[in-house]
Amino acid sequence: MDAASQSLRDRWKALSKCVCDGARLMVGQGDYAAYAAHVARTHPDQAPMSEVEFFRHRENARFGVGNTSGFRCC
Amino acid sequence: MGAIGRHGPWALVGALGAAALAIVAVERGEAVNALWLVVAAICVYLIAYRYYALFIAEKVMRLDAKRETPAVRHNDGLDYVPTNKSVLFGHHFAAIAGAGPLVGPVLAAQMGYLPGLLWILAGVVLAGAVQDFLVLFVSMRRDGRSLGELIRTELGTIPGVIALLGTFLIMVILLAVLALIVVKALAESPWGTFTVMSTIPIAMLMGVYTRTIRPGRIGEVSILGFVLLMAAIFGGGAIADSPVWGPAFTFTGTQLCWMLIGYGFVASILPVWLLLAPRDYLSTFLKIGTIAGLALGIAFVAPHMQMPAVTKFVDGTGPVWAGQLFPFLFITIACGSVSGFHALIASGTTPKLIASEADARFIGYGGMLMESFVAVMALVSATVIDPGVYFTMNSPVALLGTTPETAAAAVTKLGFATTPEVIVQTAKDVGEHTIIARAGGAPTLAVGMAHIISSAVGGKGMMAFWYHFAILFEALFILTAVDAGTRACRFMVQDLVGLAVPAFKQTNAWVPSILATAIAVGAWGYFLYQGVTDPLGGINTLWPLFGISNQMLAAVALTLCTVVIFKMKRERYAFVTIIPTAWLCICTLTAGWQKIFSADPKIGFLAHAERYAGAIAEGKVLAPAKDLGQMSQIVLNDRIDTVLAALFIGLVVAIAGFGIAACLKALRSDRWTAIESEARIVAAE
Repeated sequence: MDAASQSLRDRWKALSKCVCDGARLMVGQGDYAAYAAHVARTHPDQAPMSEVEFFRHRENARFGVGNTSGFRCC
Repeated sequence: MGAIGRHGPWALVGALGAAALAIVAVERGEAVNALWLVVAAICVYLIAYRYYALFIAEKVMRLDAKRETPAVRHNDGLDYVPTNKSVLFGHHFAAIAGAGPLVGPVLAAQMGYLPGLLWILAGVVLAGAVQDFLVLFVSMRRDGRSLGELIRTELGTIPGVIALLGTFLIMVILLAVLALIVVKALAESPWGTFTVMSTIPIAMLMGVYTRTIRPGRIGEVSILGFVLLMAAIFGGGAIADSPVWGPAFTFTGTQLCWMLIGYGFVASILPVWLLLAPRDYLSTFLKIGTIAGLALGIAFVAPHMQMPAVTKFVDGTGPVWAGQLFPFLFITIACGSVSGFHALIASGTTPKLIASEADARFIGYGGMLMESFVAVMALVSATVIDPGVYFTMNSPVALLGTTPETAAAAVTKLGFATTPEVIVQTAKDVGEHTIIARAGGAPTLAVGMAHIISSAVGGKGMMAFWYHFAILFEALFILTAVDAGTRACRFMVQDLVGLAVPAFKQTNAWVPSILATAIAVGAWGYFLYQGVTDPLGGINTLWPLFGISNQMLAAVALTLCTVVIFKMKRERYAFVTIIPTAWLCICTLTAGWQKIFSADPKIGFLAHAERYAGAIAEGKVLAPAKDLGQMSQIVLNDRIDTVLAALFIGLVVAIAGFGIAACLKALRSDRWTAIESEARIVAAE
């Protein structure tokens, strides 16, 4: 594979990651990989939440008790 | 590169924009292509973003790309995460875009497309985007604090409480008006009612799927939900045709009103994963997809404007809403030009996710330009349809009567010739029983969108499908807003009552939760019921109140920004916020004053109450009230609306007063008095 098509492929990958991340963040779901990397870097002694726990945590943070960030209007 | 190289291309963009605006504005006796509106808007946005937003970023705020943002400083991988600029733009845009920019321009179209277009463009460039950008900046410099906290710390405790109370009132009016739009769109429409109702089991199915079967698979479950939604639209067509099911799904406005109130109550105490979160996926993705589809549709079809550039209704005699161009146009189009609600979003999750201060211009100012573009597309959709149809759909029953013959005669008398055949045929094309007096924006927008999209995909045979698709798309995110908004109101009630009764604050205890939810639902439900039973169609009363409250919140947010600019000792640039604040104050105060004191009972609440109270004293019953009980109800409603308008006026005046005092104090001080988080520089990695 030559360098040009490799760079095209990388760009495509980056673009689709951007679209997916964007779509997930629109509904309040952050990037799990970034979270896991952050915990590994700053709190190596702690186990990060699993992907499912992370999902539920974010769901609650958006709409759960006392939180209004899921509200939108116009 | 010299100045010509740098500014030359922008000069061309400016010239193109000016030419497009001239084509749009100058009457030449032939229909203008809608693409000219789009071109004019895009050129204005580009120039504003390149020059004005940059000026604000560099001169007023002095953004510093090297300075730590809250996301970097407090990075926890959860609430504070440095996020890619484009990803965050999508998040921010999805959070600010809702029903507002779609409905306001449709209602404003009664004055023609030109006044609405000019206010959308001028408003967004000088007020709306400036507000979003500055609030984002102020919050970003203060650890992503919310608008209420910012007002408290920069202006004082009393203004903070006033602003919180105001936010609660605005939320109540907003929820009522949104719910009213859904009621107006679904009344007497079995097709629409069936499709919208079926979103509840579909969302619950999705909720169970993400909870138990495949947790976290948002993409999969959204595709599943989307397929079921499309099936529901087709199913709705069959239901509407069925002699048994058709009538079973046909409800009056009042019935739908009670259903929505019950729905709002139940939905906001259900667990979030069951209904709210999955429907949020559907409504968010459908919203973004439909907006993109509409943009493509307009570009591809290039429809011609049918509505005149300016109609005679600028004098305030229009049937859709009462009041003259000033101040009521500037109240009617709130979101899309400037929306106070965005101040809540720009001081919500977005400032906690921003990776670099340099991204704030793109997200804050750029996001609002995008929202404004949605408003321009809504304006296009409402003005490319036959004006006769537009006025048939948006005038009140009191003017139109209930048959196609009376409606056609009434609309023709307004100066927009139409025939009963056109009215019947349009209703048939979109698969509805009737299109007469369907005010509220959503049905008109749906007809416009169906008109545009069916020209591109599916032809006339698909028009009914696209119409109900558009209704579903609006109803879906309005219901999500009703649900999430009721929750938000409930927490506010618990906070406020909790000040007096601490036990009430427990958000996981059943009794306070249910009581607070009932108070929240009762508050917006009252105004919804009032709107549904209003002889003039409800939108007439509620939309101006909503517009006033929304613009008022914007004035409050811009006052905060002005104070911060003074405290930063940048007062020589304070005109960027003082001009829009002053304009919004003038508009909201004039409109509020007229809504209370105008002698015309169509505009003034007191004059309207007086008319009905006078009739009660004489023992007469005025239409549409059927007995004296309803008459007294109308009088009571008018008085409550008066109190509300007066509260809004008091709120603006109070905050403006506190703001001026804070500015003067900052001006007297010889040094910087803004309270920012400590400025730390991002460590080079």
